[in-house]
Amino acid sequence: MTMFLSNLISGISLGSVYAIIALGYTMVYGIAKMLNFAHGDIIMVGAYICFCCLYSLGFSPFVGILASMAVCTLLGILIERLAYKPLRQATSLSVLITAIGMSYFLQNLAQIIWGANPKSFQTVIPAGNVSLMGGELKISYVSLVTIAASVVVMLALSLFVGRSKMGRAMRCVSEDKGAAQLMGVNVDLTISVTFAIGSALAAIAGVLMCSAYPTLKPTTGAMPGIKAFTAAVFGGIGSIPGAMLGGILLGVIEILGRAYVSSELGDAFVFAVLILVLLVKPTGLLGKKIQEKV
Amino acid sequence: MKKVFALVMAAVMVLGMFAGCSSSNAPAATEAPKATEAAKTDAPAAAAGAIKVGAIGPLTGDYAQYGNAVANGIQVAIDEINAKGGLQFELLSEDDQGDPTMSVNAYNVEMEKGMQVLLGTTTSGACAAVADVAKDERVFLLTPSASNPVVNEGKDNVYQVCFTDPNQGASAAQTIKSLGVGEKIAVIWNNAQDYSTSIYQSFMGKAKEIGLEVVSDTTFSDDSNADFSVQLQDAANAGADLVFLPIYYTPIVAIMQQADAAGYGFKFFGVDGMDGLLSVEGFNTALAEGSYMLTPFDANKTDELTSAFVSTYKAKYGDTPNQFAADAYDAMYIFYAACQDLGFTAETSAQDVCEAMIPWMQSYTYTGLTGEGMVWTADGCVSKVATAYIIKDGAYASVG
Repeated sequence: MTMFLSNLISGISLGSVYAIIALGYTMVYGIAKMLNFAHGDIIMVGAYICFCCLYSLGFSPFVGILASMAVCTLLGILIERLAYKPLRQATSLSVLITAIGMSYFLQNLAQIIWGANPKSFQTVIPAGNVSLMGGELKISYVSLVTIAASVVVMLALSLFVGRSKMGRAMRCVSEDKGAAQLMGVNVDLTISVTFAIGSALAAIAGVLMCSAYPTLKPTTGAMPGIKAFTAAVFGGIGSIPGAMLGGILLGVIEILGRAYVSSELGDAFVFAVLILVLLVKPTGLLGKKIQEKV
Repeated sequence: MKKVFALVMAAVMVLGMFAGCSSSNAPAATEAPKATEAAKTDAPAAAAGAIKVGAIGPLTGDYAQYGNAVANGIQVAIDEINAKGGLQFELLSEDDQGDPTMSVNAYNVEMEKGMQVLLGTTTSGACAAVADVAKDERVFLLTPSASNPVVNEGKDNVYQVCFTDPNQGASAAQTIKSLGVGEKIAVIWNNAQDYSTSIYQSFMGKAKEIGLEVVSDTTFSDDSNADFSVQLQDAANAGADLVFLPIYYTPIVAIMQQADAAGYGFKFFGVDGMDGLLSVEGFNTALAEGSYMLTPFDANKTDELTSAFVSTYKAKYGDTPNQFAADAYDAMYIFYAACQDLGFTAETSAQDVCEAMIPWMQSYTYTGLTGEGMVWTADGCVSKVATAYIIKDGAYASVG
């Protein structure tokens, strides 16, 4: 029982990291209607920036997180302006390929700047754990903070998109780019802001992920990026609560699958569940069915 | 357009600010190690009569640290040899990302460029693929680091500088037994990797034979190498006191930190893939305190050869060389000895080099960074002793 609970908490904690990454994916998809495959690599850049601030420049973790958010925000806007904006009228396939190219570009740029050797990330959250059930169940602080952070980020994002003026502009652009422009919405600015927020979230995800799983190298973001994309599709791409739900479920399935089915087949299990869900519910768990009006 | 240019420049400068931390001992931000380029461009402008030595390994991607270490190790040896005058060498280095298909392509590229011998490839899977092609074309492979038996099984043209995986697995089991470091053993291995699988299998075989109790046996793959909570918990529940890690050091960093965060008091036992752990930037070496490992190379050794190699390597690439770099350095010196003994020149064809090298290797004895009195069998395997070390005060210390 304790073992199950402990695995469950590991799963939720891993899932929370996927959820924060998936929020970035889903937001960009929902609003700009493109899959930003470089998202996973922005996470890696965020973690490296934080690593540098802490390890080489000796800043406090708080400054490190802020610096990495700032750099990632700029990077996100820059990528959007340079690589994606010129392709706004192009087919979605061109944008997709550009995004994959951007992903490899960032990985190789990181390798040139920081080298290929892995770095060990110093956790920004104090090490240690909370003991429950007479010391049998231990939950590390990192897990608690990660879970809390993902919930806070999800709620803040929902409020921002649902209540603020910029949020309304985002929903308009998502629904119909052309009409939004006619109604005086600045489409370019809205999409830039979307990328900025998505990339800032990626920085937070990077720092949290590397605090829990401390090996940092240029390909660190690639696999979590793909899993988070899976999570976003699983929960219904474009939906903010969907990304959260998808991320956490994915993490729990992965850990429980590894613990109780086979440690060799953890990933196979995750993707099998994805296929099943999409067969039954093609729009994902919380995805909306969009009706095309003729 | 100017605006775009300015933006790009600004971005590059911002990233440049952080470049300085790529290595704590890099002299200045602008000189941060660019290992991949360094391996290619630092070669002295291809002297006309230089013997062309090939190296293929993952210079980018997941295993980049190994491929770069090998290329850099060879380059350090070549620089030393070229500085002596006499025979001159030139390094042809290509990236294969550890992928067999890309590796064969890289091999073809280097053959076009006139490669005479291949000191590679770095990883076992890719090496086996290249070796198949090279066997038919009669090109000699002296691999510094591809330790899996598939590399030279049934191939007379492939020799290894590193010791083989089955040897290591068996001697790890033997060492654990004879040192009495663990009663109940947990094994965490990478089932997506030839290296790890092969050591694991021979370890399990030997453990059964000599009566070591393995209580927990879990795996991971390259795609899920961040979270080890499940594996560690399985080990803890089974009451393991020693965790055997037949894997590379990158996941070991994560395993040690997660075991510590969860409060498990395991001892760890690694193999040569664990070498490099202590020089991971940011790693708290206290976590590795009291861990055991088998390795042929110790960068902290104070003998003249080791300290000269380590200081040159550090000055040039800003990193402490690991076992891969040391094996590569040795491989280059072995080939240098062959060139002197057999009279190879820049004009000798790769086929002639191959046919001359095969009998020569079996009669040659080499002493270098990674071992003394190394000799080779006709299968291409090296006789080398795996020395057990214990990590004490953040450095390797001899056991006992």
